[in-house]
This record gives sequence, structure tokens and C-alpha cells, in this order.
Amino acid sequence: MRITLKIWRQANASDKGGFHGYQLDDVSPDMSFLEMLDVLNEDLNARGEEPIAFDSDCREGICGMCGLMINGQAHGPEVTTTCQLHMRSFKDGDHITIEPWRADAFPVIKDLVVDRGAFDRIIQQGGFISANTGSAPEANNLPVNKADADKAFNVATCIGCGACVAACPNGSASLFMGAKVTHLGLLPQGQPERETRVVQMVAQHDHEGFGGCTNIGECTSACPKEIPLDVISQLNKDLRTAIKRGH
Amino acid sequence: MGALDGTSPTNKASVQKSDDAKGYYKLGDKLVDASAPTGPIKDRWTNRKFENRLVNPANRRKLSVIIVGTGLAGASAAATMGEAGYHVKSFFYQDSPRRAHSIAAQGGINAAKNYKEDGDSTFRLFYDTVKGGDYRSRESNVYRLAEVSANIIDQCVAQGVPFAREYGGLLDNRSFGGVQVSRTFYARGQTGQQLLIGAYQALERQVAEGTVEVYNRHEMLELIVVDGKARGIVARDMVTGEIATHLADVVVLATGGYGNVFFLSTNAMGCNVTATWRAHRKGAYMANPCYTQIHPTCIPVSGDHQSKLTLMSESLRNDGRIWVPKNVEDKDKDPRQIAEEDRDYYLERIYPAFGNLVPRDIASRAAKYQCDDGKGVGPGGLGVYLDFADAISRLGRDAVEAKYGNLFDMYQRITGENPYEVPMRIYPAVHYVMGGLWVDYNLQSNIPGLYVTGEANFSDHGANRLGASALMQGLADGYFVLPNTIRDYLADGPFEKIDDSHPEVLAARESVESRVERLLSINGTRSADSYHKELGHIMWEYCGMERTDEGLKLAIGKIRELKDDFWSNLRVLGTADTMNQSLEKAGRVADFLELGELMCIDALNRRESCGGHFRAESQTEDGEALRHDDEFAYVAAWEFGGGADGEQMAAPVLHKEDLIYTAIEMKQRSYK
Repeated sequence: MRITLKIWRQANASDKGGFHGYQLDDVSPDMSFLEMLDVLNEDLNARGEEPIAFDSDCREGICGMCGLMINGQAHGPEVTTTCQLHMRSFKDGDHITIEPWRADAFPVIKDLVVDRGAFDRIIQQGGFISANTGSAPEANNLPVNKADADKAFNVATCIGCGACVAACPNGSASLFMGAKVTHLGLLPQGQPERETRVVQMVAQHDHEGFGGCTNIGECTSACPKEIPLDVISQLNKDLRTAIKRGH
Repeated sequence: MGALDGTSPTNKASVQKSDDAKGYYKLGDKLVDASAPTGPIKDRWTNRKFENRLVNPANRRKLSVIIVGTGLAGASAAATMGEAGYHVKSFFYQDSPRRAHSIAAQGGINAAKNYKEDGDSTFRLFYDTVKGGDYRSRESNVYRLAEVSANIIDQCVAQGVPFAREYGGLLDNRSFGGVQVSRTFYARGQTGQQLLIGAYQALERQVAEGTVEVYNRHEMLELIVVDGKARGIVARDMVTGEIATHLADVVVLATGGYGNVFFLSTNAMGCNVTATWRAHRKGAYMANPCYTQIHPTCIPVSGDHQSKLTLMSESLRNDGRIWVPKNVEDKDKDPRQIAEEDRDYYLERIYPAFGNLVPRDIASRAAKYQCDDGKGVGPGGLGVYLDFADAISRLGRDAVEAKYGNLFDMYQRITGENPYEVPMRIYPAVHYVMGGLWVDYNLQSNIPGLYVTGEANFSDHGANRLGASALMQGLADGYFVLPNTIRDYLADGPFEKIDDSHPEVLAARESVESRVERLLSINGTRSADSYHKELGHIMWEYCGMERTDEGLKLAIGKIRELKDDFWSNLRVLGTADTMNQSLEKAGRVADFLELGELMCIDALNRRESCGGHFRAESQTEDGEALRHDDEFAYVAAWEFGGGADGEQMAAPVLHKEDLIYTAIEMKQRSYK
């Protein structure tokens, strides 16, 4: 396939950046999207032009390292991660625009690479259950209702890729926070810190410069793990309860 | 058949002298683990925890610990050491600790809880692990692993890891990896992800507490050794390009495995050997580097553009039937048009007792032989069919979908083919390495103050790892073993203060700077990736599923030539003082080239077949692996022979550590 690419290039965080055009004439439909970029980078290297920087690691859709805006959609046209998108989702002659995640809280480092450290700092403010190593009771002393355990698992599958933020017109990380608050809040182990957790995480979220949620739902439709929108309702409910109780 | 009946482990007649590796290495002194425990195997770990000295809680914050890597072994250790009050510095190349490749583990984690009351016990898990490792692991280490396994599950549940549960609310288990008990805990097909997020959250909690400092997008490029002790690392900030030294009282490498030496593997793109290889060059022994696990059920290569391979859980072999066309001329036909009598269900034919469920190495090798005979299917003839047609007609499509739906979806996404309609194509891929840096019982390498955990060390899996045991080892090392052994070393600290101007520290940093400079200034024509691919082809061909004397020698020559070419014709564009992914790759490939040579030398020396290592010269009359316990029941620990960066390496020195079994009798395995 013949593909025309328009790719964001930016030398570093302070550079203004801009789009550059590239052409690939022999793209196989069996290539993954990132393998297509690998091929482009080999070409650039051979021509003496510096390759395009982009993040990826596991390339099997689970580590959350990759993430590109592809024709304006986070992770592109399929509900999956960028690394699991394949060129058979495009056709001969297509024009593809590739940008990094766009959000104030995710500054660009270089080309298509952004800094998502804000997610780690949100987790530091309560996205955990305090249980020092060695202090745990026997695992089966604490039965968990299977429906709750299954739901907790479903939302715990968040890979922290940031697509929800990139897709949101407000640049909000509410889906990311809601997934963690819901995961830990569904489990009996998560109850003692439930109220402080939500208050502190939301405070950090706002401090990082993420926007507020206005229930648009772009986040959940872009989420490669299909985290449902109702985790944000849960987030708001937990926050309201915590504030009412004086946190 | 004396060799297979379990009583006579060695077929003396077929033993050949292993001097065919002569000239490739020097024989050094025997190696003895001076920290090996004695006494009844059940009491060894308890006694060791008591014998190891303690560090007063008030002194711990004065002691600094560098931990490289944030997979299960690294994140769990960083969190636990932070909780204990030590000053921890955590380094990793990804943007967040949550991305380490432990996250991709699918199947589960073993633990001897015996919740199913099916006869499991610490001893049985120990026994299965030693046997699975084909009697090439250390007995005391493996017993300890089995012993702490139950604590891991308790710890993870307390952290909120959402393991699968039964309707009564208790934890569910499944059987895994061909063992006869159900001891595997799991979180759907994403167990590694859930365990890693648990450890990651514990780590981030310590960051907020101020006990752990994180250095993300940092790559360790050198180990700093002062007065014979590991005292720090040189790391490059992958965003600014700054090369800086980081000093501490002790260094822990939890940097994972080196399967990417094959270029194509199921490892993440960034997995590399640099941290452990730089330590090896500084004197740390590399043990059993040739022990590689090749997983039979991966999605085949689709073309030259392929960047990595994807594993599908081997549970697929429970219901799928593996076959190839009987006639070579049928291999390009639509498989649905090939008549039943023209198909060769070769595993069922050769291994009627185990059929499609033979161990990983046997299934992998059998697929290779079919493809070598020209019967392979799909692009390049590198694939065999895994067919669910029988399962679908027997159980119904819905039942098959309920069991394997997510795997079928993944297969379809990658290949564009519908496995409910057309048989899947599978091919083996490198998945895990059992080899790694040599450590003693305390997980300390032969360099004092350098500890190695998880896949990066060699100690627990022998020549072959059982399914669901990698997660167990990573977390055992990080949560329970290392924190209890490292304190004995730290009890002598804080060690003499050193700073960046110490000659050894300065020399380490300068060596990294000049290496980076050199990689950027070769200015040749070939990319680092092109060398990596070529190295991968050599390793896969000659040091992959089957190894021969002739092939390994050929490979060593080819790798040496490739290395010369690399250092004279590499092209790395861009500069050192910015993010430069080509430069990162080039440094990793340079180390893979050296590791690849050592792997071939190790494989050449080990003229026996054991676990994942199959030497064609060492097989029974009917083509099965044949161990030689009288000659090779040892750990091969290699000392770096010398040689500057970019120069050919001098012959490495082999130190043999004898493996002595007192609790278990060595047997030859048979799956016929």
C-alpha cells in the first residue's frame, strides 16, 4: 500500500514543533502501525535524517507505553492500543496524520513522546492500599463477593496509557482516577482509606492541570481497555461522601 | 532404554568428551557458594533469616540502596526496602515503573497453598520445580522459593490484587504447565499486569513517603566498583542525555532477561542485557547463559518488518490439535481443503501418551523439525496448524469462545484471520531465559554489594522454567528473600563515603561518555536495528531450539565478524545531549553481540541436552534429550575474559559450581 504521512516533529519541550510530510510506497497490510513507523525510521536513517521518536515497549497492548493521535483519534480507528493497530485498518492511498497526546498535563518531550508523570503522582496520593510487606493476613480469611471481585478486575485493567486524557476536550483524567478509585473501593481491603484516597487523588489531579469532567464520554470510547464511564460516577459519589464526612 | 527408566540417569556409552569447546574458553577454579545453608532443607531459610544480622531501624535511612528495574522483582524490592526505612533509589528506562515487562505475563502465579486439598505442599512445589528444571537448579534456593510462595498470595490480596474468585468469595485456582495439582492463582489472562500494578502502587506509596526516589527514563550503562565492592551505577538520562553517577551502599539489579538477543522474542522492545552485561564486564559471573526457554504457541512471523512476537497462552493446547500437511505440495493449500488422511498430527503420533500436551521444549522442537522438512505453513514456511475444528464440533462454538475468546480475538487482530473458521498458525518463539548473573544463596553476585533478583539471576529454574513460576520467583525475591538477605550486608554499612571525584567513579563515567561518543562518531551506513536483526538470525539458527558443535562454532565466527562490522559501519544519527532512541538501541545491540558469543560458547561447552538446551549430539536412539549428570551436573559460571569495548573478547573463564541433590533423586524424564 502507498501511504502519505503527516507527522508532528518537535526537537524538545521548548521547541515550537510542526508537521512534516513523508511517503511510504510499500506498506504491508500485515504490519502493525508501529512497524510501519519502524520502516519509515529505517528509511530516514538511511537517508541521513534523524528518526522520529515515539514510545512503545511491550507491543502487545498491555504496558500502556505507546499512544498516538492518529487522524485525530487516540490510538486510531480501532478500539485497541496503537501497537495493536494494523495497517489493514487503512487502505492504499490513505493520508494519515500522527500527533502526540495533546494535553497541558502531558508536555511533549520530543516528536511523539510525552511526559505522563502526572499519572504516577496521582497514584502516589492514595492510589494504593497501605499493606506493608509481611503484614498480610492469610488470603482466604477475607472472602470477596465474586461479582465485586470481577468488577474490580475489569476496571483494574486500566493500562495508564493516557488515551482518555488525550481524547477529552477538557483534558480530564477522571476516567483514569475513577478506574483506580472504583477498583480499590469495591474491595473490603480498600475501605479504610477509601475517603482520603479519593480526596487526595482529585486534589493532585487538579494540581497537575488536568481539566474537569463534563460527561462527554470521549474518554471511554477511546479507552483501549473499555473502562466504562460509570467509574466517573463512582468517583464523584465517593468524593461527595468524603467531603460530606468532613475530609 | 536404561536412560529413560528413571534409574540410570546416564547412558555411559554415548558420553563424549566435552573438549570440543577447547580454545574457546579457559577452565578456572571450581566455584563454591560460600553462603550455602546446611541442615535439613526445611529449616534452612528459617535459620538463615535468624543468622543474618539486623539493621537498627534508626540506622536504615542512612543506608542507601540502588535498585535497577521495576518489574515484579524490582518494584517489590523497592517498596519493601522503602517500607523498612532504607533510602532507596529506583532506576528504570520506561516512563513509569508500571510498564516493566512483567506486566505482559498472562497465565498465573504458583503458590503451595493447597486450597484444593489435592496433595499439594511446599515439598511438592519444590519437587516439581527442580524436576521441571531438569535437575540443573540449586536445591536450597528452590525449596525457599516454594516455602515463601504462600506469603506472596497473602501479600498481593492485602494490596487489592483482584485474583479470580469462586462464588463463595474464596480464591480460585487452576492447574497449569502440566503439573497434576491446581496451585495457580490468576487474574483472567492478565495476572502479571495485576501483580505488577500491586507492586507499583506499593512503590508509589513509598515515593510519597519519601523513602524511594524514582529515576524514570534512566538507563544504567555501567556498574561502579570501588575497593572490590559495588557502590553505584552510571546512568544516562534518556530525556536530557546527561550521563551521571549515582552512588549507594549496595546495588540491586532486577533488570529482567535477555531474550531480545534473538531480536524476535516475546519480550518488550526495550528489554536488554546492558545492566547485567556491564556488571559481567566488571567481574560478575554470568551463569548458564545458554539456557533459553522457547515457547511453542506464538503467532508466526508475517514478514521482514516484524518487530516482536506475541505469545498465546499454552492452554490452547488443551483443546487445539497440532498438525502439518503430510505432503509438502499441500502446504500452500487452504487447510480446510486438506483431507483428514493427508494431515499429520505429529505430536499425537510421536507422543501418544501426552499428545499435544508435551512440555514446551518438546513441542517447540517438533514444530521446528516439521518446518525443516519443508512442511511448514504460512509465510516463509515457518508455522504449523493449531486446529480447533474438532473442539468446536465436540463442545460447540460458544464453549470454545468462553474458554479462549480473548486469545482468538488477539490472534485475529494480529493476523487478520478468523481462527473459528481457519486453523490458527503457530510457531515457537523465545520467551524467557533461565540463565543470568550468578548469585549465591543470599542473591549476592560474586561482587560484594551487588545483588541480582528475578529473571536477571540464574538460580531457581535450572535448565527450564515451569509455567506460572516466573511471577512467583520475581515476587519471592523482591518481597521476601532480598530484604532478608541484604540486611546482613548492610549491617556493616554505611560504607566509606565516596563522591563523584573518586578515581574509580570518574573512570566509570568517562568510559560511558567515550563509549557514547564512539557510537555516535562511527558514521557508517547501517542502523543498529539491522545489526540486531542479523544477530537474531544467527542466534535463532544456531543457538535456538537445537544446537550442534558445528553450528555453534560457525555462529561464534559469524558473531565476531558482525561485531567488527558493527564497530566500523554503524550509523547513529542525532546527538548525545537529547532523547536519542537510535543511540539507546546501538548501546544495547553492542552488548547483545558480546552476550550472543558467550551464549554460544556456553552451549558449545554443555555437550548434553537438558531442559531448554538441546544438543543434537546428546540424544537417545529415538531422538529424545539425554542429560549427562556425571559430566554436567554443574552451574557454568563464566568470568569475563577481557577485551575493550569494540575489540574482540579474550576467552572467558569457566567456573563450575557442582549441583548436589540431597532431598531429591535425579531422574531422566520421559514423555512417551
